[in-house]
Amino acid sequence: MGEEQGLRQTQLLDTMFVRGLKRKCFDGEEDIEGTLAGFKAIPSYNLQRQSLLDMSLVKLQLCHMLVEPNLCRSVLIANTVRQIQEEMTQDGTWQMINTHSAGQTSLDRLISTDILCRSSKEQAEGKLVPVYSTFAKDCEGTQSQDNSEMISAVTSAQAPRNLQSNMWEMENPQENRGNFQKSLDQIFETLENKSPNSVEDLFSEVDNSYYDLDTVLTGMMSNTKMGHCDVLETFPSQTTTNSNSNCKSDLNELDHIVEILVES
Amino acid sequence: MAGAGAGGNDIQWCFSQVKGAVDDDVAEADIISTVEFNHSGELLATGDKGGRVVIFQQEQENKTQSHSRGEYNVYSTFQSHEPEFDYLKSLEIEEKINKIRWLPQKNAAQFLLSTNDKTIKLWKISERDKRPEGYNLKEEDGRYRDPTTVTTLRVPVFRPMDLMVEASPRRIFANAHTYHINSISINSDYETYLSADDLRINLWHLEITDRSFNIVDIKPANMEELTEVITAAEFHPNSCNTFVYSSSKGTIRLCDMRASALCDRHTKLFEEPEDPSNRSFFSEIISSISDVKFSHSGRYMMTRDYLSVKIWDLNMENRPVETYQVHEYLRSKLCSLYENDCIFDKFECCWNGSDSVVMTGSYNNFFRMFDRNTKRDITLEASRENNKPRTILKPRKVCASGKRKKDEISVDSLDFNKKILHTAWHPKENIIAVATTNNLYIFQDKVN
Repeated sequence: MGEEQGLRQTQLLDTMFVRGLKRKCFDGEEDIEGTLAGFKAIPSYNLQRQSLLDMSLVKLQLCHMLVEPNLCRSVLIANTVRQIQEEMTQDGTWQMINTHSAGQTSLDRLISTDILCRSSKEQAEGKLVPVYSTFAKDCEGTQSQDNSEMISAVTSAQAPRNLQSNMWEMENPQENRGNFQKSLDQIFETLENKSPNSVEDLFSEVDNSYYDLDTVLTGMMSNTKMGHCDVLETFPSQTTTNSNSNCKSDLNELDHIVEILVES
Repeated sequence: MAGAGAGGNDIQWCFSQVKGAVDDDVAEADIISTVEFNHSGELLATGDKGGRVVIFQQEQENKTQSHSRGEYNVYSTFQSHEPEFDYLKSLEIEEKINKIRWLPQKNAAQFLLSTNDKTIKLWKISERDKRPEGYNLKEEDGRYRDPTTVTTLRVPVFRPMDLMVEASPRRIFANAHTYHINSISINSDYETYLSADDLRINLWHLEITDRSFNIVDIKPANMEELTEVITAAEFHPNSCNTFVYSSSKGTIRLCDMRASALCDRHTKLFEEPEDPSNRSFFSEIISSISDVKFSHSGRYMMTRDYLSVKIWDLNMENRPVETYQVHEYLRSKLCSLYENDCIFDKFECCWNGSDSVVMTGSYNNFFRMFDRNTKRDITLEASRENNKPRTILKPRKVCASGKRKKDEISVDSLDFNKKILHTAWHPKENIIAVATTNNLYIFQDKVN
């Protein structure tokens, strides 16, 4: 949406979103244009509503910044999106194709920026703790891809507990390794639909998860977002992230590394 | 007090002082993020986006200059919070001071709580106006003397020195909040306080930093079901077991800590039914409460949502007893304000000392006062144009539509970057502190 076009639409939206207009039962677009006699070339209510939806989706995507986004603002925008979607569903104007493409991009962003690990306790229980994924589920529509269901994440709330419970479980390195493996499985499951071209691509999207376990196991801290491959490269000689090797062999290698680190 | 002066005249507000940089180029770190008078009104604290706290002190009233109250001058400046990095989430933790709350004074020192998004700190501000002189083994500049040169002994004495104000962190309350802290409130027992983030409220003891009790938790098991967050919380001024918290859906819950350890079930729920004729896609957003403040008496509480200020009687839950429109002319502009994010601005509000007048900020550096007794309201502007001391502020008016009268401002020419989010009223006198983006204005009533 070009800036000028967007601004014009916004100004017109202002005139449209006055009292009561939304709740009227529209027989057709002619009615709206009839009541707004004097305005020329008004976008229809549907178009304006779509424009508001697009604006809201853009706002949600821009939330992923260096500083943690304002949760209140995100929740309010998400609620607005939900409202619009509900109304559009009732009207029967909900367009799967449009939102699917929008949802797809947002889904990518969500996967790449959210923490995709779980606390060891939840891993043991096999529970899924979904992240606050805004409208990811909504945007799927009826085409519920496995992705949205399988996105398992810990909210930031879990992060401090992660650290504690992981450290507490350091005494059982066997168990720890098992948990580590489980979390990797989960992550792979989540991303299997994405069919990554290389292992590097796969891992670069889950860097935050390895963050958690890596910092615990190695006491390593870094202030840059390290892809998993970077993490591996700092380990002495053991690892070779051969991008042609399949996931499973890398998994075994990681296992091996963890074992060495834990026992050292 | 304010509102009903001698002969029933309304109070007249005059410019007193302005603090902060003059130039229009605002350094991000200088943006004022909180303003708070202490319990006596002698001290005025501000926090900024750069994590600094500046405290102003009112000078003693000059007997000869009886027509003005003491001026506020810088008393202490210190760096309260530093920027941090959360390594687990690869996110920065802002050093911006979200709130400052003063403790009542118990001894010579002053104490305040300041908080950023994650950590609360208790600061002690103490004065030093004497220093010991005449050590036997040290020179005055601190160098050690050669012991062999010491021939006589003397007793060190305290001599007066220039006043030095020191701020030292006495307690650091960290690692208890996953989400961003929006409120802190000191209990009337003066031993405990609460801190609230988007989803949880914790209860602390001022002496204990390694433990806090979670008293409210509205985090859903499935975060995808999250539709409501906590926006503000405050303890009741008199009942140490009672506190309220407001939400993004326009509700206020009053909780009694005696009822259960986890106050997830409210004692009272304050909510006004929605006006169906005003319904729009933005209804929920503008109903979100940005601030909640108890009256000094404890009988009422005030809430601020995007367009209005509401006064609630604690005994009546189904609607507020008074509603004041702050800038109703913005209702038709909500979509533009949504686009530029102004609709998410969090305005604060405050009571005067006698609970008869309430004040809140608006755009274009306007701020509004509502007299609860006379039902009159006034719009004033914080601007350097009127900055001669004792200049009476001229009331402003915004023209919503139609013909614009002289001296009125049309809605379209309002500057939405100039917003007054933080205001404070002296607890006893008619002195107000109004923060624009990076300047602090102090206004007083006209004293004859």
